[in-house]
Amino acid sequence: MSLGPYAAFIVTAYLLVTAVVLTLIAWITFDYRRQQRRLRELDAAGILRRSGRGATDIG
Amino acid sequence: MTLIDLANPTRFMTLSARILPWLAALTAIVLVIGVYQSATAPDDYQQGATVKIMFIHVPNAWLSMFVWGVMSVAALGTLVWRHPLADVAAKAAAPIGACFTFLALVTGSLWGRPMWGTYWEWDARLTSVLILFLMYLGLIALWRAVEDPSRAARAAAVLTLVGAINLPIIKFSVDWWNTLHQPASVLRAGGPALDRAFLIPLLVMAIAFSLLFLTLHLAAMRNEILRRRVRSLQLLQASRAEA
Repeated sequence: MSLGPYAAFIVTAYLLVTAVVLTLIAWITFDYRRQQRRLRELDAAGILRRSGRGATDIG
Repeated sequence: MTLIDLANPTRFMTLSARILPWLAALTAIVLVIGVYQSATAPDDYQQGATVKIMFIHVPNAWLSMFVWGVMSVAALGTLVWRHPLADVAAKAAAPIGACFTFLALVTGSLWGRPMWGTYWEWDARLTSVLILFLMYLGLIALWRAVEDPSRAARAAAVLTLVGAINLPIIKFSVDWWNTLHQPASVLRAGGPALDRAFLIPLLVMAIAFSLLFLTLHLAAMRNEILRRRVRSLQLLQASRAEA
């Protein structure tokens, strides 16, 4: 596959999209883990939800 | 089970946990097919291989507007029905929409330099999309600036609906004004002007990016629900400590 004289523009565009999408996925994943960690800490401190369930219960 | 039952945060968490792995797998499969089709698509007789930038630029540009549309519907849900999931949906979508808009602008620039001879031109299409990007950043800043989620929700919902005026301006800017940006070649009266060799990879990539948005949005909504649960439990903890 030859990308011709403008290969640098094409490759940069694809690499940039890949980098931004991967960063977005990583940010969402780390954010989920951070919230779960905070909920575990609250659970350990004995703080229950209004329903009486533990903080880390997904439902 | 009715649709309104599914809009309950607790049910949403249970249901989304089941759906997300399948959705992520489907997104990955369609994305791999789309990238393969984009890589093997023929060169355009005028643009050469730079036409490959279209396969990532156009889906990002479509989604930049679609995400604001989703946020506008959610804003109505916040203002009219005061539904707890509506603001969660809007807030979770904003950073994803901002990323798609940023990518539409930058890939457009990288496509424009070899084809137009310039990275940027202050024409109606490019400028209106830049305004959309700035509005996304403004909304994200607003949500972060106001600590009380319910107050932030109402202000953000109003701003989102006002910002929705920009969507038809973006869409029809190439028809209303004389722009360097080309007119619509897919979603237009008379059908797509693209050859099937380019249209099919473009549509597959558009489906892949839409699935990507759906996956990321569901995951970000789950995070936002958990963040609000953390906040309310921390407030409860603080009030018990005071008592």
